[in-house]
Amino acid sequence: MNFLTEVRWSPYAVGIAIGVLSWLSFLILKKPLSCSTSFASTAGMIERLFRGKKVEQKPYYQKIGLKIDWQWMLVLGMVIGSLISALLSGDFGFKWVPALWQSAFGDTPLLRLIVAFIGGILMGFGARWADGCTSGHGISGTLQLAVSSWISAVCFFIGGILVALLIFRVLG
Amino acid sequence: MSEKKTTVKKNGLSPLAWGLAFGIVFGFVLQKGGATKYDMILAQLLLTDFTVLKIMLSAVVTGMLGIYLMKSLGWVQLYPKSGSVGMNVIGGLIFGVGFAVLGYCPGTIAGAIGNGFLDALVGGVIGIWLGAGLFAALYPKLRKGILAKGDYGDVTLPRLLKVNDWVVVIPAAVLIILVLYWIESAGL
Repeated sequence: MNFLTEVRWSPYAVGIAIGVLSWLSFLILKKPLSCSTSFASTAGMIERLFRGKKVEQKPYYQKIGLKIDWQWMLVLGMVIGSLISALLSGDFGFKWVPALWQSAFGDTPLLRLIVAFIGGILMGFGARWADGCTSGHGISGTLQLAVSSWISAVCFFIGGILVALLIFRVLG
Repeated sequence: MSEKKTTVKKNGLSPLAWGLAFGIVFGFVLQKGGATKYDMILAQLLLTDFTVLKIMLSAVVTGMLGIYLMKSLGWVQLYPKSGSVGMNVIGGLIFGVGFAVLGYCPGTIAGAIGNGFLDALVGGVIGIWLGAGLFAALYPKLRKGILAKGDYGDVTLPRLLKVNDWVVVIPAAVLIILVLYWIESAGL
């Protein structure tokens, strides 16, 4: 069982494991693996805490449903699974600023948090606009050969590569 | 995506329990791949390390071959998402900008939290919630306008080309494996 305590696996082993997981998800849950809708339903559930039941009437929340569903549990499970993996290999550690960010922009947590927050807003907004994220479109949709997903996945990387180059090759 | 309540009873576990179990495995292997880290995701977007693409493409080949085989056997059906140029190109580009600025995606950010990254938890997740909530607020205005532009529905490549699934699946698998081979031989 040594492989469980290794820090890093081959990316192909990881990819094949995710592919097999997708088979099981289609077979058992009758759903493709996806993550980002649960962030929208959580946003709605938080809004409901403050503004009451009328939030449920918003057309988008009617469409996705405001409840803890299988996908919400999937995302929660991902936190736990990553924690277990990192603890087993000694790769766990609390960190405010990632190393690459620190090398270009310093170790001030506040700057990184503000940028992560802005990036999060764009990502949450874009994921709902495109109706999927790196898992729902990028893996589950492309493996079904869905046209919507291939176009989305290519656009994720076009936008991502251009802005990453801007941040680290022009600004950083 | 009007989610109909699928009650899965025959396997003993509820969909919530299966979701949790799949999530634990998904998060575990993503962490083992290093994809729960900002540095790894940015290295991919900066084209200096191709680990993320290797993970994604090998997942797609594995998933595609298995799922189309199970579809041929009548075990599973497909669930392709509907889309349009307005949705997927514009939404995809906005997502991409967020991907580079945040340095995690909605799945890997969950893994990043489990890995101890506090910028993911304190900055990123709250931002994603807010962004998703903003979209929900604007949705009534967007859905009949920009989101409907250039609609192509939930078409898949085999249906678009009006060919047998395997006429696309096999070349797609070969092409992806060639891309991976090329990435490896380029030392990336």
